[in-house]
Amino acid sequence: MKAVSALVAIALALALQTTLARFVISGTAAVDLVLVAVVYVALTSGPVAGMLSGSAAGLIQDALSSGVIGVGGLAKLIVGFFVGVIGQQFIMTAALPRLVMFLGATALHAIVFVGLYAGMNAALNVPMFPVSWRALLGQGLGNALIGIVAFAIIEALPGAVERRRMSRGAKR
Amino acid sequence: MAVLDIRQRTGWLFAIFTVAHLVLISTQVKTRGVPLFESVTFGAFAEVQRGTTSAVGRVRDTWQNYFALQQIRRENEDLTHEVAQLRIKLQTERAVAERSRTLEGLLELRSQTALTTTGAGVIGGAANPEFRTMTIDKGARDGLKGDMAVIAPEGVVGRIILPTSRASKVQLLIDRNAAAGALIERTRAQGVVRGLGTSRLQLEYLPSSTEVKVGDRVVTAGIDGIYPKGFVIGYVESVQRSGGEYSDIVIKPAVDFSSLEAVLVVLTPPPTVAETDQAVTGVEKDAGASAAPVAPRSGTPAVSKPRVPPVAETTAPAAPASDVEPSEGR
Repeated sequence: MKAVSALVAIALALALQTTLARFVISGTAAVDLVLVAVVYVALTSGPVAGMLSGSAAGLIQDALSSGVIGVGGLAKLIVGFFVGVIGQQFIMTAALPRLVMFLGATALHAIVFVGLYAGMNAALNVPMFPVSWRALLGQGLGNALIGIVAFAIIEALPGAVERRRMSRGAKR
Repeated sequence: MAVLDIRQRTGWLFAIFTVAHLVLISTQVKTRGVPLFESVTFGAFAEVQRGTTSAVGRVRDTWQNYFALQQIRRENEDLTHEVAQLRIKLQTERAVAERSRTLEGLLELRSQTALTTTGAGVIGGAANPEFRTMTIDKGARDGLKGDMAVIAPEGVVGRIILPTSRASKVQLLIDRNAAAGALIERTRAQGVVRGLGTSRLQLEYLPSSTEVKVGDRVVTAGIDGIYPKGFVIGYVESVQRSGGEYSDIVIKPAVDFSSLEAVLVVLTPPPTVAETDQAVTGVEKDAGASAAPVAPRSGTPAVSKPRVPPVAETTAPAAPASDVEPSEGR
């Protein structure tokens, strides 16, 4: 069931990212919804699920983009793994730890992603990715905002349904 | 059975997957690309994009047609359509006038060659925020191939980099891996326009003796074997010189990539420089030879303008000056 949920989360994030990307295509990419989904899966299901979902989601992103296939996959695999490991060691139920986690995940993803391209620059003649700390911070905050809101909604959903069911039962 | 439980072997699993990714990447360092994986994944996900876009479009259409001002919206669409057609006509005629001033008028026969285009709808954007690509709803089944130019009424959009049977991936001109042969319309100085991965382009390799002014129109040079000559790429936004050389010429693209809903794909490749030279010098004997270019196609984009509507195929007079007529019918 958890695997299905993870797949649905990733697919939804990819669909939303590709749909919304059209409207911000010429501006600064503010969020990476797929990364948000990977972090969510890793925090809720552990490092293995985070790693596998990160790998799969990153590879699909690579295939849908014009970059080297595997770079995004590896970056998200590493992020999914470490977020999963940290999520098992620390309590991540409050907003602040989650904010830090999303910021850290965005930074780690950028480091691996840009680092791999820098390493391949000579061999592939692939243009370097200039590192803009401002853009990176913006994306980290965007990811964190969406991630924290998504966490809150998903966690509040079962309780809301239960309350609704109970109130209906009491009326009868 | 604990030995087989992958949850107990997290470290090993992580190492195996990391190595697998590195192998995958290193494969591309040598061979450049894994077309099968890319093609299958892209083809499959294009259907998801198509579905999502369709669902979003239906919701939006329902809202706009039934809850918003129905009549005003229709009028607005008609006017927008009309303005787009007029802009195409204007660009076409400007290109014709410009072209007539050059010796390329000698290429009369070649210039008359028709440019065949087909309309396509945009069904998705880039999955990765670091790249600038989009997905269109036509593919190999509709005659689309790699390196075909993609254009819009305002100017050049990009080129097809991965056609599958029912959809194609388009690399936008602003992608950091994209480039196109270009020239400044006013001075005819040639250079190369390169994508930056942002909303702007950079003009490079321009002779230092050339004069460049802010606002200069930059058009395709037609030297890359992908884009027909004379289509608008954008306008010079800023110019910086250092030591007599141009150090940074920033171009603002003519196309608003964030509002693209439909584009035109040029099915007929433009003549190559070699073919053009042959035609000019009269060396080319085979007058009936097709215009199919032979030159290698790097990754350059650029070019502009025809009317875009999806679905129907259109035939337009070739060259920069080509009257790419909009296919009606949305």
